[in-house]
Amino acid sequence: MKNLSWRLIAVLVVIIMAAVFILPTATMYLKGTSEPDMWPHKKINLGLDLQGGMHLVLEVQTEKAVENAMSLKISDIRQALRQKAMKNRGVVLVDQSSKLNVKLLSPDDLPEFRGIIADDFPDLEIASTSENGGMTLVTLAMKTAEAERVQKFAADQALETIRNRIDEFGVSEPDIRKQGENRIQIQLPGITDTKSAKDLIGKTATLQFRLVDEDSDVRTALESHAPAGSELLYLVRKDPATGAESSTPMLIKKRVLLTGDSLTDARVLFDNMANEPYVSIEFDRKGGHIFSKVTGDNINRRLAIVLDDTVYSAPVIRTKIPGGQAQITGGFTMEEARVLAIALRAGALPAPVKILEERTVGPTLGADSIRKGVWSMIMGGLAVILFMAVYYKGSGLIADLALVLNVTLIAAGLAAFQATLTLPGIAGIILTIGMAVDANVLIFERIREELNLGQSPIAAVEAGFEKATLTIMDANVTTLIAAIVLFQFGSGPVKGFAVTLGIGILSSLFTALVVSRLLFDAILRKANVKTLSI
Amino acid sequence: MQFIKETNINFTGAKKIAFGISLALIAISLLTLIIHKGPRYGVDFAGGSSLQVKFEGPVDIAAVKRGLEPAGLAGASVQQFGSDSDHEYQIRTKQAFMADSDFAPMIKKILGESTGTAVRDLSLDMVGPQVSKDLRQNALLAMFYALLFIIIYISGRFELKWGISGALAAILGGAVYGMSQLQSISFISSGMPLLIVFALIISIVFCWYLELKYAMGAIIALVHDVTITVGIFSLLNVEFTLPIIAALLTIIGYSLNDTIIVFDRIRENGKKYHKKPMDFIINRSVNETLSRTILTSGTTLMVVAALFAFGGGVIHDFALAMIIGVTIGTYSSIYVASPILLAWKTDNE
Repeated sequence: MKNLSWRLIAVLVVIIMAAVFILPTATMYLKGTSEPDMWPHKKINLGLDLQGGMHLVLEVQTEKAVENAMSLKISDIRQALRQKAMKNRGVVLVDQSSKLNVKLLSPDDLPEFRGIIADDFPDLEIASTSENGGMTLVTLAMKTAEAERVQKFAADQALETIRNRIDEFGVSEPDIRKQGENRIQIQLPGITDTKSAKDLIGKTATLQFRLVDEDSDVRTALESHAPAGSELLYLVRKDPATGAESSTPMLIKKRVLLTGDSLTDARVLFDNMANEPYVSIEFDRKGGHIFSKVTGDNINRRLAIVLDDTVYSAPVIRTKIPGGQAQITGGFTMEEARVLAIALRAGALPAPVKILEERTVGPTLGADSIRKGVWSMIMGGLAVILFMAVYYKGSGLIADLALVLNVTLIAAGLAAFQATLTLPGIAGIILTIGMAVDANVLIFERIREELNLGQSPIAAVEAGFEKATLTIMDANVTTLIAAIVLFQFGSGPVKGFAVTLGIGILSSLFTALVVSRLLFDAILRKANVKTLSI
Repeated sequence: MQFIKETNINFTGAKKIAFGISLALIAISLLTLIIHKGPRYGVDFAGGSSLQVKFEGPVDIAAVKRGLEPAGLAGASVQQFGSDSDHEYQIRTKQAFMADSDFAPMIKKILGESTGTAVRDLSLDMVGPQVSKDLRQNALLAMFYALLFIIIYISGRFELKWGISGALAAILGGAVYGMSQLQSISFISSGMPLLIVFALIISIVFCWYLELKYAMGAIIALVHDVTITVGIFSLLNVEFTLPIIAALLTIIGYSLNDTIIVFDRIRENGKKYHKKPMDFIINRSVNETLSRTILTSGTTLMVVAALFAFGGGVIHDFALAMIIGVTIGTYSSIYVASPILLAWKTDNE
């Protein structure tokens, strides 16, 4: 009898705990709120395939970050060569790589050059040298350890920048995490404007202020190549009414006078005269000084505002601008201006990002899936409950009760572990219903066997449970193995399936072995039943 | 109420017929797979785009196809999705348009125009080549590791050979894991699928040599089940996606479930009737567990049928895989796994 009371208490404790975890979610749905306001403030999370939203996997092009770092060293190397009066034909970035080529005119300078690299540029190493018609070509590369550090830093910084951008964009409960070394996984539940979100996330947002090369001819540049110190970029103008784009080639000096790093603020304002929104930016003190000097020195010349290698505008500098404020116009829509402002405020991405995977579920389609899933669960559940009651009579009803408790425990488990319920996850719950019955069938068939051998009901039940338990454990462990492996290797909805399957297996073990046993014992002993309805 | 009373069917006697049927099914499966050049991969494994478009009202599928042409999706496949009242269509194409942020609004607009009915909602899955390759590999690795764990578990529980099976699994698992980490070497990267299949064959061969009888019976039954399920999918030209892999792993777990119940009985009866020949013991065990086997498969099929009928698009295919898998799995537990124990023993007695 004592045994019975202890077990009863244990089961009741589990039931109460289950109720405690489920109530927040239940009241949430009844009240229609989206946050659980009851203790313990945990709710069942719905996967994107059920609540709608967007899932992205980005790859940060970290090799580009190394390339950029090398480019930045070019002017320093040139200066060093000048200081030591080493004649050279230039320092250039090798195409499609992160290496620099230095052309020394005198091979005797090579040993001294090695010294310069070793002393002043410890991050670099000489990859190769070659003699060619009196010139010595030295190829410099970044040391592997340093390159790896730059790449890791770029990936981490990209993650932070994107996180800041999404924070400002205003999505409820975004999930942004690193995946591997240079991938980022982003989940934005409930989002409807996927275009703006993608624009915001994918924009490198490198802002540069450079002077227009007024002295050279654009046409010559188009036909052959741009003069040294300048490059050919395009001014893109969009007609906000028609959306038509026009692009005009321009020669822009390579030297960058100011970048987006000097910004303290970027805001969307409306130009009533031109009847379009624009982004107003503000520089920090140092940036403001530089801006003031640049505008003061270059009156009547054009200053190009370059964003991600596209010229947005190139207004003529009329006066010196001391205030440290400027405007970026470009025929934006309200949303486009907002996205640009957020991107500038959060900072440029250290390297471009490439979208590797995109999955979006529309809101109504997500709700459809929930509806269908729940309906299947009801239909399947009813079929099983009826069958058990008919085939095993009274014992079948015990099994049915255990089944209902099982589903409740799964729901509570999901809430307690803050696991995510996905559509395959709902299928997993339904599968568990079918498989949980297996345990009961095993036990009941054994009990029937024992009864046929002439055992009394109490002894039959005991023998039945005893012999079946080991087999039940074995069988469930194998499905658990499958669930664990799926959890490890799966992603998204499949991971959700693995979780619900795992929780389902554990809870069905509990309900079949502990709860059913308890009910049988209680009925047989307390109610003093002589025959078993099975 | 009882469906199946005391039976005494000679299961092992029918083993030649059973093996014949199994071989035939496997042969057909392999044949369709070869003809179709592999399973019909969904976007998860082949890359590309899959869009699910729900219209406000009924539309003409030809109008949908027409609307796609100017968008550069002329070769896309368009299929009805779900029931007639859903007004949903699935559009599938080999290219992925993730770089274009305007893609979703643009599709909504042009389809709304070409069919004259507004698009109510849109879902899309776009997978680039790197991710699809990773997913293919992960799916294979998942199945391989699951089978390794099963070898250890069964050999341990039924033959107490934890040590040997553990060592075998550790070596093979470690080798495959090591290869998966050496992705930077390109020939390993593209050859992973073959490597994994090769490792699997080695596992089975070692089970034979190390006398892991029960494990071998179980593994062969599982490989049999998975191959036939994939084959039937290929025959019916159903798309092979990530949830289907989840279904396959569940089938592995479930079929193993079944097989273990029978093995358990065989072991129990082996002690009880230790003087009798093996095929008597096996027959007796299968007959005793028949009632239970049919019942559990029956109840699982009940719930899966509910999923099949009411679950909607993705779950529908998942449920189909489960139905095929559970049916074949039940058959294999009775006619494949147990007789293999017999084949093994008589060879060595």
